[in-house]
Formats: sequence, structure tokens, C-alpha cells
Amino acid sequence: MNTHTEPTDFVFDEIAQAAATKAIARYPAGKQASAVMALLDIAQRQMERLTGSAWVPRAAMDVIAQLLGIASVRVYEMATFYTMYNTKPVGKFHLQVCTTTPCWLRGSDEVVASCKKVSGIEDFGQTSADGLFTMTEVECLGGCVNAPILQINDNYYEDLDATRTEALLNGLKSGAPLPPAGSSIGRQASAPVTNQTALLNNAKLVE
Amino acid sequence: MLNDADRIYQNLYGQQDWRLSAARARGDWNGTADILARGRDAIIEEVKASGMRGRGGAGFPTGMKWSFMPKQSDGRPSYLVVNADESEPGTCKDRDIIRHEPQKLIEGCLIAAFAMGAHTAFIYIRGEYYNEAARLQAAIEEAYEAGLLGQNAAGSGWDFDLVLHRGAGAYICGEESALLESLEGKKGMPRMKPPFPAAMGLYGCPTTVNNVESIAGVPTILRRGAAWFAALGRPKNTGTKIFCISGHVNRPCNVEEELGIPLKDLIEKHAGGVRGGWDNLQAVIPGGASMPILNKEMCETQLMDFDSLAAVRSGLGSGAVIVMDKSADVVKAIWRLSKFFKHESCGQCTPCREGTGWMMRMMDRIVQGKASMADIALMEQVTTQVAGHTICAFGDAAAWPIQGLMRAFRPLVEQRATDYKPPQPLAQAAE
Amino acid sequence: MAKVTVDGIEVEIANGSSVLQAAEAAGKEIPRFCYHERLSVAGNCRMCLVEIEKIPKPVASCGQPVADGMVIFTDTENVRKSRRGVMEFLLINHPLDCPICDQGGECDLQDEAVSYGRDTSRYDENKRAAAQPDWGPLVKTTMTRCIHCTRCIRFSTEIAGVPELGATARGENMQVGTYVEKALSSELSGNLIDLCPVGALTSKPYAYTARSWELRKTDSVDILDAVGANIRIDARGAEVLRILPRLNDDVNEEWLGDKSRFSVDGLKRRRLDRPWLRENGKLRAASWEEAFAAIADKIKTAAPDRIGAIAGDLADTESLLALKEMFQSLGSPNLDCRQDGAVFDTAQRGFYLFNTSIAGIEEADALLIIGSNPRHEAPVLNARIRKRWLAGNFEAGLIGAPHDLTYATAHIGLGPDAITSLLDGTHPFAEILKAAKKPMLILGAGALARPDGAAIHAAAWKLAVQFGMLNDDWHGFNMLHHAAARVGALDIGFLPGPGGKSTAQMLGGGTDILWLLGADSLDMQAIGADTFVIYQGHHGDAGAARADVILPGAAYTEKDGTYVNTEGRVQQGFIAVKPPGDAREDWRILRAISAYMGHALRYDTLQELRAHLAQAYPSFALTGELRRLAGTNLTAPAGDPAAVSAAPFAPVLKNYYQTDPISRASPTMAACVAAHYPALAEAAE
Repeated sequence: MNTHTEPTDFVFDEIAQAAATKAIARYPAGKQASAVMALLDIAQRQMERLTGSAWVPRAAMDVIAQLLGIASVRVYEMATFYTMYNTKPVGKFHLQVCTTTPCWLRGSDEVVASCKKVSGIEDFGQTSADGLFTMTEVECLGGCVNAPILQINDNYYEDLDATRTEALLNGLKSGAPLPPAGSSIGRQASAPVTNQTALLNNAKLVE
Repeated sequence: MLNDADRIYQNLYGQQDWRLSAARARGDWNGTADILARGRDAIIEEVKASGMRGRGGAGFPTGMKWSFMPKQSDGRPSYLVVNADESEPGTCKDRDIIRHEPQKLIEGCLIAAFAMGAHTAFIYIRGEYYNEAARLQAAIEEAYEAGLLGQNAAGSGWDFDLVLHRGAGAYICGEESALLESLEGKKGMPRMKPPFPAAMGLYGCPTTVNNVESIAGVPTILRRGAAWFAALGRPKNTGTKIFCISGHVNRPCNVEEELGIPLKDLIEKHAGGVRGGWDNLQAVIPGGASMPILNKEMCETQLMDFDSLAAVRSGLGSGAVIVMDKSADVVKAIWRLSKFFKHESCGQCTPCREGTGWMMRMMDRIVQGKASMADIALMEQVTTQVAGHTICAFGDAAAWPIQGLMRAFRPLVEQRATDYKPPQPLAQAAE
Repeated sequence: MAKVTVDGIEVEIANGSSVLQAAEAAGKEIPRFCYHERLSVAGNCRMCLVEIEKIPKPVASCGQPVADGMVIFTDTENVRKSRRGVMEFLLINHPLDCPICDQGGECDLQDEAVSYGRDTSRYDENKRAAAQPDWGPLVKTTMTRCIHCTRCIRFSTEIAGVPELGATARGENMQVGTYVEKALSSELSGNLIDLCPVGALTSKPYAYTARSWELRKTDSVDILDAVGANIRIDARGAEVLRILPRLNDDVNEEWLGDKSRFSVDGLKRRRLDRPWLRENGKLRAASWEEAFAAIADKIKTAAPDRIGAIAGDLADTESLLALKEMFQSLGSPNLDCRQDGAVFDTAQRGFYLFNTSIAGIEEADALLIIGSNPRHEAPVLNARIRKRWLAGNFEAGLIGAPHDLTYATAHIGLGPDAITSLLDGTHPFAEILKAAKKPMLILGAGALARPDGAAIHAAAWKLAVQFGMLNDDWHGFNMLHHAAARVGALDIGFLPGPGGKSTAQMLGGGTDILWLLGADSLDMQAIGADTFVIYQGHHGDAGAARADVILPGAAYTEKDGTYVNTEGRVQQGFIAVKPPGDAREDWRILRAISAYMGHALRYDTLQELRAHLAQAYPSFALTGELRRLAGTNLTAPAGDPAAVSAAPFAPVLKNYYQTDPISRASPTMAACVAAHYPALAEAAE
């Protein structure tokens, strides 16, 4: 089992505090508990910003509980129920490989193999020795017509194969920033790769 | 094939700009105040007349759902909640609406909320759709700035606020009562019904939960008229629907088509055909992970609508078509879905918490050739002990793929049977 | 009302009732694990499935409301099949460790498995592993046995109001626990053991001690606080092994405080099992004859006004009466049952009872607490206040040291000043009291056991009058005692007679002979150096250490006894085991020595003593039940409401777990102090 050190305290920084205040204000008076998910996310992003690792320490959960006036255990429940909150540190690039049937049919095994090859990670849940990558198996990401999909941090990388996955990760390894999200083969969103059959008269306007 | 002019989502593929001005050029927000001026009842009647059935999977008539909301408030506010927790494996249609046609969704929220007497709506979007949420938030802010949301929204006289709430990775939050729990800041554990959300939903107030595609389609229906929508599709299965065609096809894609389109047309015409040709087809899951699988024979003439698919004991679900050619190990494909359901079970009620893992492990053994005929029979029994015995429909959803596999591919599964006997660990006896 | 048919039996039941309740009304038993009458409905175990006409799927009867005309079937083949399916799921990951499980023999899962289980397992996969977290000294966890019914989570969140349990992770990985390992901090945590339908949560001190069928069960009454919780004493041979709560909706519902439940191991330790005599400064074992002789010799030579008796907190009323009447026959008026030194007007019962009654708390709509921490002094009663608070439209205010009472309280002030601020209306809580229809106040020992106790008593009464707490149908003035003996003693007037001395006056050399009936919470240093001390009691605690003669008495589990709880409810406890060694029931000791001294008490049997008690003090004629007093036609208690000091109210109990000779002798309670009051535990070492 991976062990890690929990920081003894946690304080929202200025950016996070502003975001938290805004998040709480979105819900009706007295229903501020609704903001617990947003606050966990804000805390995780603060950790990413300050430490390079996007995770939620327990001290942050306690701070959130206090802020929202709910019991700490209710926040622990939330942080462990939802898979996107990392309760232990992750690498700089969190490789979230979808292996659910639609992605699997389109070659997610290859994506997994490429992730292992480039990062040196042996199995899901592990972090590479250089701390750069953590690989997690995730369930359907909801981009199935662009399968297989690898989510790195917030971005979906779509229509992958082994070669393109390796190229993507090697780029990150060599210090390149995360490329823009989207299809790795230049597809227009969910349209067929060629021979579009619908919406033919719509001029393609670059966003 | 559906005429481009009859497609609701003219920017499904994002070929054009998603921003408000481009959306307006496509007709969004055209005469919204006039639509609201028709009054609540007229709007609900129009939606009823269109025959629109919920696009999230259950296919419940949308107008009727709205009519369950109280006409007079007892002091509690009413809420509209939009389910954008698109997580059913195979499904990625709402994603396109959110990122390419957000104003349709926002306008739909105003109209629907007005029709049910709600001044506030929440959109619950799955957390993984981070970039999509950012875009939707930007679109919401654009709409606020343009006076389309907020006080006197779109000049209608109706005050309306729209709040985006991000999920954080839990398929079960697509179940409406789990979604409401999650929105309240709790774990996504489905509630017992009754009470139904229309009586006691979000924060204990009357609430209606609708799918993104149901809501985003409403403005167009009201502009073009119920008759237009009802003329598309088949009786009781009217209108258009976004289909997501994934898996072993030459050109996977999303496409908006008429309900009732033959499955074969959908695959062959829009998705470039089955890899290796139609005759290389082995199986199709027609409506997302929880809908029972069809074998090739069943696919030949299958029509894609709620009732036609229900007639073969499968379902339209979310309109996600997962295609498998002859190279696919369908047993393994279903095992992977069992793994999905095991991973996503909220754990609240016994049959699902315990049964999903059991089913997955038995499927696993079948895939590995470590299961006997008796094991296969037992697995089938276990699916019946789960389905229909849980708080929400997740138990059914987890059982149906296996039951569907046994219906459509029994010989294939039984071929995998061996004379395997599980080891009897001594440790157990020692306890 | 809704008319429904259950298995062909027509029943009428209130609208809003559940199908399960309807089935029970029809006499049909529905198996359940997650459902519990006093907790919110979870509907997660799925064991209570029934069939309902026109509903295609089986329905969880616990969560389904009845509708008029509903036709319910609780025992069809489909229902049985569904339940068998659920049972199989519950068992696949449940260990086969019944032979070593303390729940064995009183396990809901075991019981239902007889009806719905298979004879062999069809589950060939590996069973789930689970951590065994440490929840502190009281509750032992074996989470492999957990069936995730969430009763414990709901209890701690709803009833105890200490939300530290939850279910983390999800699906089959869901774990019930604290997430961050810690000792449970609720004073009601032992109830989790009773609520857990399986062996996941068992009693840590009782682990591997006995099987339920080996136990002799005796109904009795708890005396470790003044609530009078109804209990069951489970004993084997001469040993009390455990104490469980017994249902009494008017008193403790089905809850019991941890001290009352777990102090049981204190009954075996530091026991006085023979008479002792001090000779040359040292105690030596003695015979009854020697002890009696020593006492008789002393008393014979002492002036009656130089002898006195102080009663402790655990005494039964029969013994108190015997001691009082013995002292009367000796001509001494020096009696006091208030070892804490409290002085206040006891002329009317209404002055010192919890008049609203415990169940009556649920009718109140505002509460003022003065100088009390009910969470420590009466945890079960505190749970009743929380229950009322949860129901809504109820405001509570607190005067005294602030503490988390598990419900929101407005903190009005630290001491008597705050009473004044309510009386003169300067504090906003006065408006809340004024607006309330049934306001109540609780006056605790922290406000009474001080020199200005009588004045505070009078001031509190004035508050009650001013804020409409005293009406024909509502008595909102309440004194909360924490000593089980206290109300019984007050009822029989175990108080200074005419010209008699109070506790304080008997100390400091005010008496030559002092008889301590289980009084251990006095400042023993304050007893005059030359005072001859007779200690009658069951534990070698502070009193025995100071004593010149020790008379070994019986603990509450070892005698039949009458106790009056803080409400004024007369209840009887029953003997579960014999007292150890030469120890005897206290009234018998008194009867014997009175005869020895030639002032024989006039009752030879407990029956005669009780008949005399009921005849002399009519409130004892009614056992178990409570007649609530009217709040009107009462004069105010003596005392000058203005004569209060400025000193803040101090907490009465230093800690919840060790408050009396029994709990102080309990290793389990010591472990609780170590877990929850590390500083106190260290100081004691």
C-alpha cells in the first residue's frame, strides 16, 4: 500500500478562498452544504497549484467541513465516494485511461500499454518513479465515438492509438506542456472522420 | 434519412461558433418571451402534443413529467434540474450539445423552468467534462450579460437563475434521486420513492429532473410546433434523437436522426458501416451499457426507437449504439460492463452492493475459462436476485447486460464452460 | 386512517404509516436489518420486501407508505424468494465465524438465516477483507461482519448527535467507520452495540466472556445517574457480566449511557466484603460482632446532637429510611443526603423534581438550562432534549460553562448575572421564553451546590413564574439531579431535622460520630480529625479510606431496592447476584445494628419496610408510573432571588466516566478517561 504524509493543516489561499466564496454563494441560503463538491475540487486544485500534485489532504476536508458547518465525516464520505477526488498525492500528469467497453473495443489496451511503457508504471494506481505520472483506470468518460480516450488532468485526448499515446506522453516527459484537448487525428469533434453524412451545408467556422 | 433542415442541433459537430451571437444566428432565443407569453399550460400541452419522451434513457413523456409539478406553490420553491451527468457507457451526445449548442440548453432551461413554475434551475454536469463545463459556464455568463437569464429573463417577465454544478466521478449520479442527493452535497445514493421528486425533490422542494437533450430540444419544438416534431419518427416514438455510434464501425460518430431509423441504416449510412462489412457484424448494444445486447440476426431489421427495442427485451436507452464485429470477444465485452457496474454501484443496498461484485467475478471466470455450466446457471440466477430488488434501477441495469448476453449468445457463453472446480481454501475451514 | 389488507387481514392504520407498520399491526412479522423504529428509514438492507397488489416489483415495506385499499402480501413464494436472495447476498461476504462471534445467539442475521438462508454457500469467490479499526475502549469492531445497514451511522448522527461515523468509499468497498481512526466520543456509544444487527460492533470489555443463553437475566434500574434508566442485568453464577438497557418509553426509551452500561467491571473490584476496624491507625479485618460492638460503644457515649449521617448518591430508599429512623430513635436530627453541600428549599416535591418529566420534554418549545451539563449528568435525558430539538420549533439557552450539548444552545451567560438579565428582559433570550407556549427550565447541581444555592433556586423559580412555565397543565420547572439516591432521600426527608446539622455543619468537627452511607464524594479532609467515621457501603473508595469502622454493604445489583429518579418516578431494582463475602443488604445491616444498640427498627422484612415506606410517604405507593404535578397553586421556595453571588456556575462532574465508587473502580471507565481526558488520566497516575 502506498503510504503518504498528510499535512497537519490546510488553509485556503487567496485564489481558492475567492473561488470557495463564489461557490457557496451559488446555492440557496442555508443550503451551503451543496458547495462541498466544489470546495473539494477547489482544494485539490490549490494543492496542484502549490505542490504540483492534485489531491485533497484530510486537513483540507476538515477545513471544508468547518467552513460549511457540517461534520468532518460527511466530507470524508464525499471525498471517498467520488472518484475524482484524490485522497493521496498523484503525479503531475494524472493519466486516466478509460477501459470501458466502447474504449476497449477501439483499443484502450494499447493506450494502457503505451502509458506503462512511457511512464514505467507497472499497474493502475501507481505513480512513476519520477513523480511525473500516475495511471488510473477510469470508467466511461463519455466520449465514446472518439474512443479510445485518455484523460490527462482536465483534458480528454481522443482517437488514440499506441503511437499517438506514446508521442503524447513522451512530449510531456520531455517537458512540453499539455497540448490542447481533443482528437489526436484532427477530427471535427464527434463528426465521422470522413464522409460526413449530416449537417453538410454548415460552413465550418473556426471557433 | 433525416433532412438537415429538420435537425434540431445544427451545430452538433461544432463546425460553427458556440457563442451567443452565432447561436442567435441559428435561431436560438428567437421570440423566447413570446413563447413564455403563451403561458405554462400551453407550453406543457405543446410539449405533450409533440410526443417528446425523455432522452436520458427511461423515455418517460416529458410534458407529462412537467405536469406533475404543483400549479400553486405551498410556499416552497420549485426547481428544474438538468441531468448532464452523461455517463452511460457508449453515450456522448449531451457533451456535444453542451459544448456546441449551449444556448439551446440554456433557453430550454428557461422555458421548462417557467412551465413548471421554477425560478431556479441547476445543471448537474459530470465532473470529467471539465472543459465542457467551462464552456457552458461561459455561455451561461454570456446569457446573463445579454439579459437572457436573471431578472426578467429574455424580457419574458420571469425571473430565472441558472446554476451549473459539477459532479466528481460517480455514474450513479445520473439516477435522478442520486443526482439530487449529490446536488445537496451528499453521496450519490438514490432515494426511495415515493416521495417522487415532483413532490419532494431538491432541498425537499418540488423538482423535475430532465435530460440535457430533452430540455435543449424544447425551444425548437415550441418554435416549429408540436406537429412538426410529432410528424418525425414513429407513433409514440416521435421526433429526432442524437445517436452515438461507437465500437467496430468504420467511422464512429454522433448523428441526429429520426426515432425509428433502422439500426442497419444508422450503422451503414452514418457510421461508415461495420468494420469488414455488415456480414462481419457480431453484436450491437443498442442503447448504452445497461441495454441488453442484440446478435446479428436481431440487428438485421431492428428499428431504433423506444417501443421497437422494448419489443425485443432491449431498450433505446440513451441512444448509444455500441457495435462489435466478429473479432470481438462479446463475453469479455459484457464482463467489462459488469466491471463497470461493480465499480459504480453506490453500495447502499444489499443486492447491488454484493451482487455486482459477484456477477463480475463469475463473468471474469467465464472469460478465463474457469467456470462450469453450473456456474453459468448460478450467474443467471444471481442476476434475477439483483434485478428488481434494489432501491433504484441500477440493479436492473447491472443485471440486464448479462441476461441479454445469455438470451442473444447463450451457445457462445456455454462454449466457454469447463469442468473447472473452484479451489476450496483450507483457510476457510480453519476459521 | 387508511384501510389496508395484509395477508387477508384487514387493518386500519394512520395515514403516513409504512407498510411494515401495517404488517405489524396485522400481526405479521417482517424481517429487517436496517429498519429501526427510532432511526430514519434507510431502506437499504432489502430484507423487508413484500408484495403489493398492482406494484410489479417487490417493495421494501419499511419505506413504502400505506395507501387506502392497499393489498399487501408478506409471505408469498415470491416474497420468500426475494428475501432468500437478499439473505444470500448478505452472507456471501459475511465470515463464517459465528462460533467465535460474541453476537452468536442474539444475532439478527443468524436468526433470519434460519428462515431464509441456504444450508450451503454457493459463493466460490474470495470473501471481502476489511480493516478492524479501533473505536476506543467500549465498542469492538469486526467489520468483515458488517452488513452496511447504517444503523450505527444513523444513531450517531440522529440520536447521539455526535456525527463521527460514516460510510466511506462506495460499492462493495464501502466501509462503515470514522475514516480517521478515533475513540467514539459519544456518551451513548454503547447503544451502537445493541443496534448493530450482526457482530460487527460488539462490546469490547465483554468480548469472549459468555454466551447469551448462559446468562441469568434480571430486570432492574440503573443508579449511576438520576435518570433511572431501565436495565437488564445479565449474570452468570455470582458475577454480573453485562448490563443492557430495557425498553421504557417514558424514561430511557431503549438507550443507556456508557457509564451505566460499562461500569459493570467496577462491581468486582475494590469491594468491601467483610467488616473492618481501625486499630492504631490501621484497618484490620473484623467480625460483624466486633464492628457492631465498636459502633455501639461509641454511640452510647456520644451526645445525640454530636452524631450525624450523610447519605451518598447510590443509596436505596429503604436503607435511607432505615438509617433515618435509627438516627431518630437515637435522638439525632443530623441527617443530610446532599453530600455535595447543596442547600435549597425542599418543602414541596415540585421544588426539587424534574416536573416536566422526561417524556414531557417532547412537548416543550423552549428550554433554559441553568448550571447543568445534561450531556454528562444525564446523557439519556440529554438525548431526549436533542430529539425534541431535531423535531424543530424549539430553542434552547444555556447559563453556565458552555459545552457541546449535541443541540444548538444560545449561550446566555456564565453565572447568576444571566438569570438577572432574563428576569429584567435585557437578554434577547427572554423574548424567546416569553413567546414560548410551553417553556421549561432545567436547574442543575452546578447552580445549587454552592453557598447561594437557595437564592439561585428562588431566582430560577421566579423565572419560571415570570415566563409562564407554571400552569395547570404544564410544569416547566425542573431540577436535574445526577445522584440516583437524591430524590428518594429528599422524599423521605433525609435532611437535617429541627435544629439538625447540614452536611457542611457535620464536617469540620461538627460531629463526633459520622455515619457515611455510601458517601464518597465528600471532602474527607474536611471531616473533623477526631470524628469517628462509620462507613457503610460496597466499595473501598474515599469513605472507606477515612473510616474507623467499615460495614460492607451491597451494590445495586446485589439487592432489591427502591429508587426515585429525578422526575420523582419510584422504581424498583432487583437482586441479580448475592453480595460478595460477608457483605449484606444495607437495610438489613441497619436493622441488625439497631437491635444491637437496643433501638430495634420495627420491620423485619423488606416487605414490612416497604409497606411502612409507602404508608409514611404516599408517593412511594405508586411504582413505575409518574403523576405529573400541576404547575399551579405552589408557593415559591424560600430564598432571596436577589441574594445571588457573581461566581460563574462550575461544572459538577470533572468527567463523565468516573463519578461514583463503582465507576471509579471500573478499569473500563479508567480506559475511557484515558481515551477522552488524557490530562485527567495522567494526573491520576
